[in-house]
Amino acid sequence: MSVAAILSFEEAMEKYDPVLGFEVHVELNTKTKMFSSAPNVFGDEPNTNVNEVDLGMPGVLPVVNKAAVESSIKIGLALNCKIAESCRFARKNYFYPDTPKNFQTSQYDEPIAYDGYLDIELEDGTVFRVEIERAHMEEDAGKLTHMGGATGRIQGADYSLVDYNRAGVPLVEIVTKPIEGAGSRAPELAKAYVAAIREIVKNLGVSDARMERGNVRCDANVSLRPHGRERFGIRSETKNVNSLRAVEHAVRYEIQRHAAVLDSGEPVIQETRHWHEDTRTTTSGREKSDADDYRYFPEPDLVPVNASREWVEELRATLPEPPAARRKRLQADWGYSDLEFRDVVNAGVMDSIEETIAAGASASVARKWWMGEIVGRAKTADVEPSELGVAPATIVELNQLVEDGKINNKMASQVLDGVLAGEGTPAEIVEKRGLAVVSDDGPLLEAIDAALAAQPDVAEKIRGGKVQAIGAIVGGVMKATRGQADAGRVRELILEKLGVEG
Amino acid sequence: MSELDNSGLIRLSAAQLAAKLAAREVTSVEVTQAYLDRIAEVDGQVNAFLHVNGEEALAVAAEVDAIRAAGGAEAEALHELAGVPIAVKDLIVTIGQPTTAGSKILEGWHSPYDATVIKKLRAAKMPILGKTNLDEFAMGSSTEHSAYGPTRNPWDLDRIPGGSGGGSAAAVAAFEAPLALGTDTGGSIRQPGAVTGTVGMKPTYGAVSRYGAIAMASSLDQIGPVSRTVLDSALLQEVIGGHDPFDSTSLTDSFDNLVAAAKTGNVEGVKIGIIKELHGEGYQAGVENRFNESLELLKEAGAEIVEVSCPNFKYALGAYYLIMPSEVSSNLAKFDGVRYGLRVLPKDGPMTIERVMAATRAAGFGDEVKRRIILGTYALSAGYYDAYYGSAQKVRTLIQRDFDAAFAQADVLISPTAPTTAFKLGEKLDDPLAMYLNDVATIPANMAGVPGLSLPGGLADEDGLPVGIQLLAPAREDARLYRVGAVLESLLEAKWGGPLLDRAPSLQAALDSSSTTAGGSN
Repeated sequence: MSVAAILSFEEAMEKYDPVLGFEVHVELNTKTKMFSSAPNVFGDEPNTNVNEVDLGMPGVLPVVNKAAVESSIKIGLALNCKIAESCRFARKNYFYPDTPKNFQTSQYDEPIAYDGYLDIELEDGTVFRVEIERAHMEEDAGKLTHMGGATGRIQGADYSLVDYNRAGVPLVEIVTKPIEGAGSRAPELAKAYVAAIREIVKNLGVSDARMERGNVRCDANVSLRPHGRERFGIRSETKNVNSLRAVEHAVRYEIQRHAAVLDSGEPVIQETRHWHEDTRTTTSGREKSDADDYRYFPEPDLVPVNASREWVEELRATLPEPPAARRKRLQADWGYSDLEFRDVVNAGVMDSIEETIAAGASASVARKWWMGEIVGRAKTADVEPSELGVAPATIVELNQLVEDGKINNKMASQVLDGVLAGEGTPAEIVEKRGLAVVSDDGPLLEAIDAALAAQPDVAEKIRGGKVQAIGAIVGGVMKATRGQADAGRVRELILEKLGVEG
Repeated sequence: MSELDNSGLIRLSAAQLAAKLAAREVTSVEVTQAYLDRIAEVDGQVNAFLHVNGEEALAVAAEVDAIRAAGGAEAEALHELAGVPIAVKDLIVTIGQPTTAGSKILEGWHSPYDATVIKKLRAAKMPILGKTNLDEFAMGSSTEHSAYGPTRNPWDLDRIPGGSGGGSAAAVAAFEAPLALGTDTGGSIRQPGAVTGTVGMKPTYGAVSRYGAIAMASSLDQIGPVSRTVLDSALLQEVIGGHDPFDSTSLTDSFDNLVAAAKTGNVEGVKIGIIKELHGEGYQAGVENRFNESLELLKEAGAEIVEVSCPNFKYALGAYYLIMPSEVSSNLAKFDGVRYGLRVLPKDGPMTIERVMAATRAAGFGDEVKRRIILGTYALSAGYYDAYYGSAQKVRTLIQRDFDAAFAQADVLISPTAPTTAFKLGEKLDDPLAMYLNDVATIPANMAGVPGLSLPGGLADEDGLPVGIQLLAPAREDARLYRVGAVLESLLEAKWGGPLLDRAPSLQAALDSSSTTAGGSN
């Protein structure tokens, strides 16, 4: 594994124009597999979520999962694609032990969705349109684990273990057209594109969209050409770049590597590359040429998938609001500044704030609680804010307690800790912890008398009209009540007692 | 041959057996045991069975007998064929018995699931006698390509029983089973039926679920009945047919009018089309004579005989030998030694997965299977796909159009099933093209998905061996074949004075004689 020479990104950008392309595989979260009734569940004991179809036993036949077709159509619609009225599956023939039939059943020249686009918003608000060539249905392969070798690859391994639980899991592969004109923003666009796909499929509810589980997997194609040239350069395909950060880094690295190769006068080799998160580099996989012969032919065991226009329109009507449009609407509704809203989005609490507002809080109160109190606690606990266990209704209740003067902000924070510790509802915690602001005037009047008696000179000043001196008496009362008194009420009572207008 | 072999029971048709069982004149255990005895007696010569399933068959028979003896609702609910035994081509997977597909690569393999047709046989409580021999993965026209030795034709043990379903046809012809299941990709039910003097039906593509039939060529394969009478095939197709959610290509039609059609009893006004391209030149004279005789009988019975032309049928064989191997090359890729079946390690050199797969397939597959895998791999290759697979698919469309045009002129089409009677074992083994030509008349039906029935048409003058008559109908019109077939069968039997198989030699006699001869005189 030799380390390739690379150029600095800036120098690469001065000399060359990058062209990108992405193949994003999305695992659908259907109950069963693409062509069998076996469960589609992640993380179970190896080779338990399989039946004779997934194992490629003699005599078995595939049956298309209707829910998977529905999900695929939804993805196609969300990507502004046309939906084929009729389309077929094909067989992609190759011998490899992760594929039980030694062919993969996949759509080939008849994708269910084609000719779409997705508008990608970069961080500074620039919108970049990515053209979608196609989104097609296929089945996932099993998972191979190569044992005994140094690299974890099949080369040099002593033996390999295969888990067919993933074999036959429904996939939608989304393929872009070549993306030109991104220039130095190519790495940023790459990350934003994959993030947008992930967000869309999650929003549609068709995928769990967890990249760390391989629910969304990205193959990134990069090529460079000198500025001003129309013809594309030779591309590399970096496989299985499986985090947003890695997508950005891999594209950036490949641009730098291609630039160095081109500078040296050598041709870029058309090949697949492997991404290494530890070194943030890629290494050569296998050479890939367009002559790879998979002997595709129409899958004779399946009939064409027909998507009637009525069905497509029914599905279109069920689509949720697109994430980008939703963000725009929410920001306008809530009146947040661009900066405030971006912070909310980046903190991952937009949905929670929406739910909290729906539960009765104002937009500013919801933001104050989530950004001010919960995000920090979530960070400490190393979980997503929404997973911390704070229900929107809890926030509304807490805020009501403050507004009613039953507790102050400092106490509210303690009550929240109590809620998270499972001590009960806010009201119960106020009760149990004895946190209530003292609102019975009796004890207050006693404390006020004591405070006035302790500072007779201050009392005299107030009587004489120096109302601003009242702070010393209020402070004495608050101290005596261990902060549980309502300072406003204390002030009223003192003025009343001394017969002074406030 | 007026005396019945072994036991009178085994010469009864399935319909007759069913009637006797229902009337409790015999028990299923008696019937099943009679067939098991017959298998024990003659299968050493015929080699129709790869596995005999006596214990389970007798248990099912005993269960049926107990239900019948107890009477009541459960007995009432028994299927008409309950207790009637059946043999199953060893391409169809079964729990509790090995399934080999006639190949070394699956030797000793037991399926963890039942084919849909097997589930239906079990639901009807039909005892399964065993699994029958076939050309490896159903590739062949003589059953000589079985890895477990050839099956012999009960009419002449030196001759082939047809293929690939020679085991099922020979079992029925030799009275080792009253019924059998076959599969037909290019004629593997009908051609064995023709050369053994039995009835074989390839239903409309999709009429019977393929789930659990080890695929040879998915777009052509169809499971169907093998029997001694047309009515028996109709009875069996009603058991095994119907929509199956596990087979996307299965039809939703009910096909429940087949038995009634077989009992219609007349062909008056039915238009029967002679396919110009499927007789005459290249067909044995004795085959041609029996074919013409059947036409005369049908005409006398009131059918109208017309001639139709299907000019593209001449391309059918060529196109078939591109489409079928293409699908074969992909369907058989799963046999690689990784998950089940034979695994052969390379003798020397590195132990990589590719080399284990290659060694397994080299040792596990026979020559004919390898020949077709290589043909198909080539036909699907980049740069050749359009010229081979693509052109063949276009021919397929033309054949369908020929059928459409022919069925605009005739209700049913008719031809000889095979160009010749049974040839000698080994005669065509070294000449694949000559072997392939045997299926020239049966292949068009598979290419178009239409149903085809073969029934015995008599014995050829020159060799005294059975000749098959093929009837073809439009897709979904399987009932027409049973109607016309049953009438023609009864006309022929009246002419012969009994079933054709009554003229077959006694296998006992064949044992006694050093040279086997075709029996019976016209």
